[in-house]
Amino acid sequence: MERTIAGKSIAVNEEGYLTDFKQWDKSIADVLASEAEISLTPRHWEILGYLQNEYRNEVPLSIRKIGKSGVVDIKEFYQLFPKAPLKTATKIAGIPKPASCI
Amino acid sequence: MSENNGEIKRMMIILSKATLENVYAAFVLANGARMEGIDAEIFFTFFGLEAVHKKKLARLHVATVGNPAMHIPTMIGGLPGMEAFATSMMKKEMEKIDMPEVPEFLDILSASGVRMWACKLAMDMFHYKKEDLFEGIEDVITVGDFYKKSEGAGVHMLFI
Repeated sequence: MERTIAGKSIAVNEEGYLTDFKQWDKSIADVLASEAEISLTPRHWEILGYLQNEYRNEVPLSIRKIGKSGVVDIKEFYQLFPKAPLKTATKIAGIPKPASCI
Repeated sequence: MSENNGEIKRMMIILSKATLENVYAAFVLANGARMEGIDAEIFFTFFGLEAVHKKKLARLHVATVGNPAMHIPTMIGGLPGMEAFATSMMKKEMEKIDMPEVPEFLDILSASGVRMWACKLAMDMFHYKKEDLFEGIEDVITVGDFYKKSEGAGVHMLFI
């Protein structure tokens, strides 16, 4: 389905994840972040960039991998993206929701 | 279930066993809760304390006896070395699916904000001291304390 984000018509799934990463840009991230009650700092952007890189390299994401990324540790990840960090961060980054249980 | 539309707010998990399959069940459920934005706490009691005992937590085994799902006849499961063999097989499979070993998993749980408690009665029974336990254990508490901590809407309790 389609929804309007930052004035653009964007393809999303029923959970609100972008289905076409090519449609993602920073203005979309800002809107999705504010919906999650997060205001993006340079630290957030760094992590979003890392997640998008992993996605481009087809690396499956998990909390364990985040902890070993060298970009952010698990504690800070939970602080920056409170509640469900991996789900929230991937949504803001415009990439699919990870299917990992760990 | 009309309360909060049945939304799960917090999982209170009681771990009473130290066989690897049970410990992993508790850890995966607690970590999975945090990943979904649900609070999680684990109460370690009886043999479950071994999963947080510094000298034992890295050496937990799979149960090969009395576990029909292992598909090992009970008599053979009881032979020396069988538990170690089954455990090393399981650990290899775990690593393939990106499942951390117990010490690393405990660190992940701690960093993810899972609150962990040790049962006072079991601590007394096994003559364990708080210093014997993994640092992530916040306190040694009674069953009554644990119930008190479990109060609130949307709280679910799970015994493993």
